[in-house]
Amino acid sequence: MNTTTVPYDKAFALRLLKDMLRIRRMEEKAAELYGAGKIRGFLHLYIGEEAVAVGALHALAADDAIVATYREHGHALVRGVSMNAIMAEMFGKQQGCSRGRGGSMHLFDAATRFYGGNAIVAGGLPLAVGLALADKMQGKRRVTACFFGEGAVAEGAFHESMNLAALWQLPVLFCCENNLYAMGTALARSESQTDLCAKAAVFKIPTLKVDGMDVVATHEASHNGATHVREGGGPLFIEFQTYRFRAHSMFDPELYRDKAEVEEWKKRGPLHTYSARLKAQGMLSEEEFLACDAEAQDEVEASVAFAEAGTWEPVEGLTRDVTALATGVAS
Amino acid sequence: MKSSYREAMRSALREALQNDPRVFLMGEDVGRYGGSYAVSKGLLEEFGPERIRDTPLSELGFVGAGIGAALGGMRPIVEVMTVNFSLLALDQIVNTAAALRHMSGGQFSVPLVVRMATGAGRQLAAQHSHSLECWYAHIPGIKVLAPATVEDARGMLAPALDDPDPVVIFEHAQLYNLEEELTASVEVDIGSARVRRAGTDLSLITYGGSLPKAMQAAEMLAGMGIAAEVVDLRVLRPLDTDGIVASVRKTHRAVVVDEGWRSGSLAAEVMARIVEHAFFELDAPLQRVCSEEVPMPYAKHLEEAALPQAGKIVAAARAAMGKA
Repeated sequence: MNTTTVPYDKAFALRLLKDMLRIRRMEEKAAELYGAGKIRGFLHLYIGEEAVAVGALHALAADDAIVATYREHGHALVRGVSMNAIMAEMFGKQQGCSRGRGGSMHLFDAATRFYGGNAIVAGGLPLAVGLALADKMQGKRRVTACFFGEGAVAEGAFHESMNLAALWQLPVLFCCENNLYAMGTALARSESQTDLCAKAAVFKIPTLKVDGMDVVATHEASHNGATHVREGGGPLFIEFQTYRFRAHSMFDPELYRDKAEVEEWKKRGPLHTYSARLKAQGMLSEEEFLACDAEAQDEVEASVAFAEAGTWEPVEGLTRDVTALATGVAS
Repeated sequence: MKSSYREAMRSALREALQNDPRVFLMGEDVGRYGGSYAVSKGLLEEFGPERIRDTPLSELGFVGAGIGAALGGMRPIVEVMTVNFSLLALDQIVNTAAALRHMSGGQFSVPLVVRMATGAGRQLAAQHSHSLECWYAHIPGIKVLAPATVEDARGMLAPALDDPDPVVIFEHAQLYNLEEELTASVEVDIGSARVRRAGTDLSLITYGGSLPKAMQAAEMLAGMGIAAEVVDLRVLRPLDTDGIVASVRKTHRAVVVDEGWRSGSLAAEVMARIVEHAFFELDAPLQRVCSEEVPMPYAKHLEEAALPQAGKIVAAARAAMGKA
């Protein structure tokens, strides 16, 4: 376990803890609601990986852009999308952040420049390159942070996007969340080169390899990476070494990995290891931890009530937002 | 004054680049090479490499980057060399560009223009010759244009750039050398079909590279005493059903000409709309002339045999008129 000093003031140190708790409690509730049939479709939980989104997103500025994957509840939440809007979206209600058109995999929010919610593996990378190109052409000093799993590195879109970003020196922070399994396929079973940073280095993109279970490490690396990108240093690639504690989706029987391996990773769980460090430093008491947890759970309960009280969009509105004219019907 | 289709398109690009600093052109060999069909020749010198942006051979990557740049406040025009190569970018066009507005509950617009060459006729065989406009016309969320005249080549780009949604423009490779009169200022809509030749006996309904063939067939039919009306669809999605039906109500007979393969073709959709909206107006079964169902062959005589030709259109029209 990492025992280095947490280098933040108490307020920020607790902010990181609270955000990890908010994701954890929201997703535990989502899993429960899935079982109850309130949430349907695919539901991909981020449990175990919270330190990545929390550390990375707290290193970004309010006008930076985020492109994420279908395992993005945590990213949306930390970015500032309300838990109410996320929960309502998973319920399919029109008060959801995508009006019930996206569901768990397609959370979007224009106000916080949160560009989804992309459920095609590596599909978000070209998009991020384009957002960064627009910023560069318009002289805006903004970063586009693009999250993707290690499975994405097998896709052509990964290589094409890395090349374009490096060739044109675009302000993209590539955030690779390496949780070791692309659905059920272990990295070594699908890649001849398993060193992900080596893949990025081929494009002459600087890289950082980080313990993704340690929120201090993810935050420091993301801060350094984002600074490099913002200051015109071109794209940067961070490999966050992490692990998902739950199945790939709610349909996954987990036949491809040992329970012992999961248990071993759980020992490095981002919540309890970070809490222990804060306690050891005298920055957190058990009472304070329980209070943070209670606060997160209250927010979850309120979001469920909000989603329950939400309304279904009338079917008359089915074809709205297909085009700007909203004709929808092939007329 | 006379202008070629290629010059008209270039002049539309130049105007767009001059009028709006958000507009830029990106694609394979659009800059230094001058465009694989020479459409963008000279624009690099005029607008510089930032705005006439050569890309690597990464259709998926640079079409996706165009989507991102559109989201980020630019007005990109992405050139894909041919429709065959656009299949490498289909994921970004279908799963992202077309879906994003709806999937985000209406929060995001993708004001992107994608231009590509399409069609056969130059002995380029099975990987450079197909007409897949119909695939794109199937997708809700995008607009599909097929300029078939010099006027439309000049005029369609501006409204396409003004459109808040993704617009795909198909330029038939056989049309680039087409020369027609062009007035100084061109303003066209991107919503309606257009009657290119008026007639009373039957409607020849077509688009893109098949328009000159339909016009030729109409001329041949006139010599046989048959007055054919030629309808240019212009916009393949959304289809101008009213325009199609208006012509059929007048002529009561129709032949649809489409360079796409017959099965699941755009011609099939046009015929279905006529049946849905004007069945009792019809005096004869609908006919269609499409490409034969074969990957485009190289040999000249085989390629010609695979494509719609004026002779086939005349034969179909005579059948519709009850004259074998």
